[in-house]
Amino acid sequence: MVTNSGLVYLIALPLFGALSLLLLGRRADKWGHLLATALSAGSFAVGLFQLSEMLGRATESRPVTQKLFTWISVGSFNVDASLLLDQLSICFVLLITGVGTLIHIYSISYMSDDPDRRRFFAFLNLFIAAMLLLVLGDSYLNLYVGWEGVGLASYLLIGFWNQKAAYATASKKAFIMNRIGDMGLSFAIMIAFASLGTVSFSGVKENAHSASEATMTAIGIMLLVAAVGKSAQFPLQAWLGDAMAGPTPVSALIHAATMVTAGVYLIVRSNFVFDAAPTAQLLVAIIGAITLMFGALVGTAKDDIKKALAASTMSQIGYMILGAGLGPAGYAFAIMHLLTHGFFKAGMFLGAGSVMHGMNDEVNMRKYGALRKFMPITFITFGLGYLAIIGVPPFAGFYSKDMLIETALNAGGVKGILLGGTALLGAGITAFYMTRVMILTFTSPKRWDDNQHPHESPILMWAPMAILAIGSVSSGFLLSRGDALKHWLEPLFEEHGEHTELLPPIVVSGLALTMVAIGVALAVVKYQLSEVEAVAPENVTEFTQIARRDLLQDEINEALFMRPGQVLTSVLVKFDESVIDGAVRGIGQIAMGSGSSLRRTQTGFVRSYAMLILIGAAALIAAIWVVTL
Amino acid sequence: MNIDNYLYLSALLFTIGAVGVVVRRNAIVVFMCVELMLNAANLTLVTFSRINGTLDGQVVAFFTMVVAACEVVVGLAIIVTIYRSRRSASIDDASLLKR
Amino acid sequence: MEPLLTIQGPEAMLFWVLAPLSVIAALGMLLVKKAVHSALLLAWVMITEAIFYIAQDALFLGIVQIIVYTGAVMMLFLFILMLVGVDSSDSLSETITGLRPIAITAALGFGGLLVSLLGRATLGREPVGLTVANAPGNVQGLAVLLFSKYVWPFEVVSALLITAAIGAMVLAHHQRTNIRPTQREQAVNRFRSGSLAGAAGLPGPGVFARHNAVDVPALLPDGTPAPSSISATLKARGDVIDSGQFQLDNVDTTVKEEK
Repeated sequence: MVTNSGLVYLIALPLFGALSLLLLGRRADKWGHLLATALSAGSFAVGLFQLSEMLGRATESRPVTQKLFTWISVGSFNVDASLLLDQLSICFVLLITGVGTLIHIYSISYMSDDPDRRRFFAFLNLFIAAMLLLVLGDSYLNLYVGWEGVGLASYLLIGFWNQKAAYATASKKAFIMNRIGDMGLSFAIMIAFASLGTVSFSGVKENAHSASEATMTAIGIMLLVAAVGKSAQFPLQAWLGDAMAGPTPVSALIHAATMVTAGVYLIVRSNFVFDAAPTAQLLVAIIGAITLMFGALVGTAKDDIKKALAASTMSQIGYMILGAGLGPAGYAFAIMHLLTHGFFKAGMFLGAGSVMHGMNDEVNMRKYGALRKFMPITFITFGLGYLAIIGVPPFAGFYSKDMLIETALNAGGVKGILLGGTALLGAGITAFYMTRVMILTFTSPKRWDDNQHPHESPILMWAPMAILAIGSVSSGFLLSRGDALKHWLEPLFEEHGEHTELLPPIVVSGLALTMVAIGVALAVVKYQLSEVEAVAPENVTEFTQIARRDLLQDEINEALFMRPGQVLTSVLVKFDESVIDGAVRGIGQIAMGSGSSLRRTQTGFVRSYAMLILIGAAALIAAIWVVTL
Repeated sequence: MNIDNYLYLSALLFTIGAVGVVVRRNAIVVFMCVELMLNAANLTLVTFSRINGTLDGQVVAFFTMVVAACEVVVGLAIIVTIYRSRRSASIDDASLLKR
Repeated sequence: MEPLLTIQGPEAMLFWVLAPLSVIAALGMLLVKKAVHSALLLAWVMITEAIFYIAQDALFLGIVQIIVYTGAVMMLFLFILMLVGVDSSDSLSETITGLRPIAITAALGFGGLLVSLLGRATLGREPVGLTVANAPGNVQGLAVLLFSKYVWPFEVVSALLITAAIGAMVLAHHQRTNIRPTQREQAVNRFRSGSLAGAAGLPGPGVFARHNAVDVPALLPDGTPAPSSISATLKARGDVIDSGQFQLDNVDTTVKEEK
């Protein structure tokens, strides 16, 4: 493996930014955002340089490593803090630093009125550094550090406006639900070490075939738990909607483009584990399919633009997880969808931020309408992202999603039909709810009152949106041309045999486009051609009511975990107070009682101590006297 | 006369010194009583040296004297320091340990 | 070799004369009130011990005992006594309740047990005497031991001695933490510290025209002695004379009216 001493700069630059902005405090208020943006851009430049280096090498020598220091060395357990940059991580590095830099630029303007802008940029840089560590770590333990780091950054940024109690609660909810996933990751690491004796990717890969399938299944399921927590998949999906409490650039960067896709990265990175554990792999696909439907259904009912987009994110990540669960056939397409989604979803979130910026932070889409005239650039960029997500050719989403649907259908047997059918139906629903967002926001008649003055955002905000829109348009075509990404990533995955084709690709594309057309048409009929009420109607079907409440996710969590947890806690508190505290207090009282009686001997007078010594000496002599009798 | 008598004498002097340490309040007198106890121990050492017919006991007594000299020097310096800050040479006044 | 178990002749006589004297002196140390007297009695005990050392063929130790203890150490004690002065701690009355009876009981138990233990003990061998060991001379014999077998403890003890000397210097070295008040400041402070009574300074001792010694308290206008007029040391030593006897009770104080 080629070593390269430049990798550390990828992480070091944003980390330096975060530390200096936090440590310098108010002194950095004036220029902190510029430094943070410059460092993020610098990290992107390093990433581009690494990419050009990598392109110049032969396929088998493309991965490079850098050992930073020996982290743990205990007996047979050796972990180095080292970085690994291969074909998979470079994709992520460029996505993270590229989109991250654009969002830094966007935030300069978006957060310009916020007194804590410097702190915001420090956290953004911290996130970039942690996320890069996550994708660059060469072992599960190194990945875990980054994994926790992005969790921390996410927590800090969701609760950035923690003066509002609801936002602070949302950040805690995200953090706690993520902990469940983190537990899964730590369990996976422990199982890997206990049964394979190593936690590095290469070590686990070598042992993957010799280890028992049960072991690999256990590791796989634990990794899946981790991915489910981080990527807001069913059943740990409830935090993502509330995470929209954070500033919109955060939603774009962390909760759409990068951090939430860490689960997909983990599963694709651990492809050798899942290839050796078919049960776990199937479970991954099922979780992905459930989530993509779940997110799509929730998305149809949300009136909050950010929450609708969050539901859409959940659904799209469901696609990626589904792809990752389809084995070697799907890994590359999962990553491709991840990259294209990074462009169009980040662009749409920035667009939503732009709309909110122009509408006095109003998030209810029923209070929007006819914004096309007032925000033309936002409308165009958002619209391009919209065309990409619903999968209209030749926009990015068409290529990636179509490939996923096709791969799912080709998975074979009932499994293929079920998964592929779900994905197809999901594509239709996606088209429906995204069209609804578009119509409610931009093209339907205006529903806002006259003291709103919608206006286009400044160039610092729309320029990143425009760049991302270009990505939304072109990335799918570029990545899939001649199976570019697939061949690029191929050396990382196990070879796999030819798969059967259930339906020819052209038919699949036709089916998908038909579903999309149906979805768009339904939305147009329901929202463009008929009146939309400014207040959400109450007399709706049971299903809509449930969907508005996120398919009862919070109620279910509450009933299943929170209430029993509270009962358990109160029982434990009683036990603690009566039995444990009683015992402790009893011991304490014994000690205090004996202490207060012994205290009398401690007069503080040297002579009384001397006398005690004398008595002791006399006792000693008496003992000798008795013994020698 | 029996040679044991030296030992009895030394035991007696030692006990008197011990009582003095406990009973007297003036720090300097207490100190002198400690010296008396050390001297009593030295007498024992010299007597046993004679009984055993070797000079080792006397060497140890010599060391005891040196240590006692050190102790006197440091101890008296402490007494002077305490006196300077508390204006008293009574060891009962230096009873801050209980607080 | 002479049997040493029983000592005859001059040494026995010496012992029987000096041993009771040293015990009496040691007891006296506890019973006298003044620290100076205790120091003198201790010096006596040490000299008797030096004599016992010499009598027991420990010539070197005997001489060292006189030079180091009676000479240097006791002198140091006297110096410190002089520095510290006399105060109420010299008093023989007990301030800690119950300490004295317990202490005496414990000491009697300790001494009694020790003496009875010694009485029961057997030496296990005939006393040898130091004639052989001291053949080249007592000082030479000690020197050979000190610089061969005991050379390491000897060096350690010398290090201890130096450390103690430096420690004593550090302890005794007094550094002012505040600036010494000038006479002017003292005067200002006197006037500003509460009552004006002390502003003029403490009253001088002596009863005017009748007795002007420093151990006689001055009399206040109401005829009581003024405690602040005499030194605290004199009071602690009990060397204060009752000034009532010098009061002018018997003097005719009526003023004759004259033209």
